[in-house]
Amino acid sequence: MSRPRNYRAQAVVIKQIKLGEFDKLLTLYTSEFGKLKAVAKGACRPGSKLGGNVEPLTHSSLSLARGRNLDIITQSQIINGFPELKADLWTLSCSLYILELVDLFTMENSANPALFELLLGTLHRLTEMTSKEITLRYFELHLLDCSGYHPQLQKCVRCTSPLKSITNFFSPRQGGVLCPLCAEKEFKAHPLSVTALKTLRLWESCDYATAKRVNLRPALSSELAQVLQDYIKYLLQREVKSIGWLEELKKSSVDNHYRTH
Amino acid sequence: MSFFIEPVARLVREFGKLPGIGPKSAQRLTYYLLRETDEEARALAEAILSLKKEIGLCSICFNVTDHDPCSICQSKERNHATICVVEKPSDIAPLERTGKYKGLYHVLHGTINPAQGITTENLRIKELLARLQDSSIEEVIIAINPNMEGETTALYLQHIIAPLNIRVTHLARGLPFGAELEYADDMTLNQAIEGRQEFK
Ligand SMILES: [Zn+2]
Ligand SMILES: [Zn+2]
Repeated sequence: MSRPRNYRAQAVVIKQIKLGEFDKLLTLYTSEFGKLKAVAKGACRPGSKLGGNVEPLTHSSLSLARGRNLDIITQSQIINGFPELKADLWTLSCSLYILELVDLFTMENSANPALFELLLGTLHRLTEMTSKEITLRYFELHLLDCSGYHPQLQKCVRCTSPLKSITNFFSPRQGGVLCPLCAEKEFKAHPLSVTALKTLRLWESCDYATAKRVNLRPALSSELAQVLQDYIKYLLQREVKSIGWLEELKKSSVDNHYRTH
Repeated sequence: MSFFIEPVARLVREFGKLPGIGPKSAQRLTYYLLRETDEEARALAEAILSLKKEIGLCSICFNVTDHDPCSICQSKERNHATICVVEKPSDIAPLERTGKYKGLYHVLHGTINPAQGITTENLRIKELLARLQDSSIEEVIIAINPNMEGETTALYLQHIIAPLNIRVTHLARGLPFGAELEYADDMTLNQAIEGRQEFK
């Protein structure tokens, strides 16, 4: 959908860079127009109301004007500044990972209201005091779905035979699960445990309230992270940089404090 | 800009790389210098060269300095038990102007930005931790811009410094979220230093 000369949008700010001395170039994910870039003039000046309204991880209602090169934000109102996300290191870092994934998986000017809802819903979920791991995996799986890369989990993606209740394999290249026979012929397929497959099947079809009731033991948690992140990396053909930061934090959290809530 | 002769075009290009200088200003500065005497032009060129030649980073606090350690790190008048952590060298001047702060500094040279791949490795965080091994350090004040990268950095520093039994504080929230220390007015900054708070 092309944007009118003046328009309003509900946006989550996913990225910002400084533009000149006082302006910011923002990457927004909007409900109405998908991803777009816009300038927040004077956002870096002290006392700028706009500045606080367009920090990353803020859900705002914006008025914009089409510019020659870049659209310009003319009015802003915060709907939710998500202060809870910015008060805890692990929560904030998980949120930054979500923003990076949305940025990497989307192109400008292609509306995807389902993805906007998923993004917003995920930010709200991250404010809850539950395991962030489930929130992240549920987000990854549904991001793939919203983006048209839903993994085939119901039958073997190659021979279409039903999957037995044994260790099967996941192939990023084929975009789904392979039976053991087909996996032998596939160059890069990773074993996928029965529990992991069951969990993914549950998560793809259930709401979040049900999803978070899964008892995610450490081994299952890291297996699911591995499967989804390998697939994501294959699709993007690049590393997701925030993963490195999450790993670094996990290593430095000797007391486990930041991992468990 | 092909209608400029090369020496003019070259200087316009160089000026144009400076922050806040657009093509128009770059041309104006270039033509201004063209009218200047040789001596004045040379003085400017030498000032620029000596900036790079004579100025380096303090090996203790990583502020820019023309002698190592810098005058703040060497000063006997200053409180060596407190270290104020800032993002970049230009954040120190406004804090000094308030006259409220008498401790030392530590310049990180950036903030954590995971999506850009900027993490602890790229900042002077190891060096800060090395300084904190000194048991005479009592307090670390985190004076980093209250934006998202700054917040990530502040939370990370609090996370790694708190176990060392050193008091960690941050500037009071007189500074609006998204603001920049460098441009904050003295009053706001004064209040922010005086009202600094413990991390919750
Ligand atoms: Zn098969
Ligand atoms: Zn120094």
